[in-house]
Amino acid sequence: MRLSTYNFLTSKAIKGVKVGFPLKLTIAKQDVVESEFNPTFIERLLPRLDWSGIRLAAEVAGLNDDIPAELPANVAENEELLKKLHHLLLEIDVLEGQLECPETGRVFPITDGIPNMLLNEDEV
Amino acid sequence: MARRPEHLAPPEIFYNDDEAKKYSTNTRIIEIQIEMAERAYELLTLNEDEQCLILDIGCGSGLSGSVLEDNEHIWVGVDISKSMLDIAVERDVAGDLVLTDMGDGMPFRPGTFDGAISISALQWLCNADKSTHNPHKRLYKFFSTLFSCLTRTARAVFQFYPENADQIEMVTSQAMKAGFYGGLVVDYPNSTKAKKYFLVLMTGGTTPMPKALGSEEEEKRINYIKKRDMCREARGKPMKKSREWILAKKERRRRQGRDTRPDTKYTGRKRSGKF
Repeated sequence: MRLSTYNFLTSKAIKGVKVGFPLKLTIAKQDVVESEFNPTFIERLLPRLDWSGIRLAAEVAGLNDDIPAELPANVAENEELLKKLHHLLLEIDVLEGQLECPETGRVFPITDGIPNMLLNEDEV
Repeated sequence: MARRPEHLAPPEIFYNDDEAKKYSTNTRIIEIQIEMAERAYELLTLNEDEQCLILDIGCGSGLSGSVLEDNEHIWVGVDISKSMLDIAVERDVAGDLVLTDMGDGMPFRPGTFDGAISISALQWLCNADKSTHNPHKRLYKFFSTLFSCLTRTARAVFQFYPENADQIEMVTSQAMKAGFYGGLVVDYPNSTKAKKYFLVLMTGGTTPMPKALGSEEEEKRINYIKKRDMCREARGKPMKKSREWILAKKERRRRQGRDTRPDTKYTGRKRSGKF
């Protein structure tokens, strides 16, 4: 699971959970997969991403210094930042770990890079 | 009639390791899946110059995802079968995979995806595999959460195998209730084998529904008339009492040196009723 997908995931499918975001990420094993840098795609992606979620992901992945606390106004011209975001969001692959719902504390395990978001009957 | 897999077992059990293996080895299955995915991608009508983020619902081994990859899009796939997703990991697909039940809703934040495709997955939702399952409710939950996780100009294209007319009714009515509009596109409606159902749903904007393949009956009829006219022309003689016929007759008379009135715009016209 790449960290861009982490930013999109919520646990609001659980009964009673209102926002379910951001999930608490724990990484046990991660990998770096090189991919082509496309600045326009990152730019289009940014409005959909939650900046606090990106910060959280950067913290867990150990890239805290690369990502500023606030989203700078002119990201489009800041290619260096776009490259760093590309690396963080699309190149880091979480292989083992877990996601935790912020409201209920329900744990979703990540195995082989696949987060298991399946719910039990009583949780829906 | 062939037995439907939905009747045998729930999807997470039906698509076990053996069944999943077919999706990486059986060339016929692969060919059909790819073909349907390509058609679904075509119906999605994405902007070709832009790299988009697409959701693949029931991605399985990632065959449909590879079509998206070929078109340079980034995709995220969801599926309920761990075995199928394992095959996808083995095939080293570029998209991210999430193990989830579509009937429980899509676990994504609002406005995330530029579009969604789904190949042969939706019919699984029409069955109640557990005593707690209610197909109507599960479909509604699925469509309403999907609606929210798409952008406001997105499309979602579902290829599915409805068992009967009631299922089509159930699926489309729940989709409309969730806020989508759009409808069913049936490719090759006159063929039993090649017939394919595509549910094309839109979140906003007014775009016309795409045309189905293999249903150009009207065009055929026009072609036939045209052909008949062409045949007649080819035989050489214009229709009797037509303008062409009169002009040809006058021309002949002129060649014979006989007295002939000049050709005007009135030649060959019907007299008005007053005369």
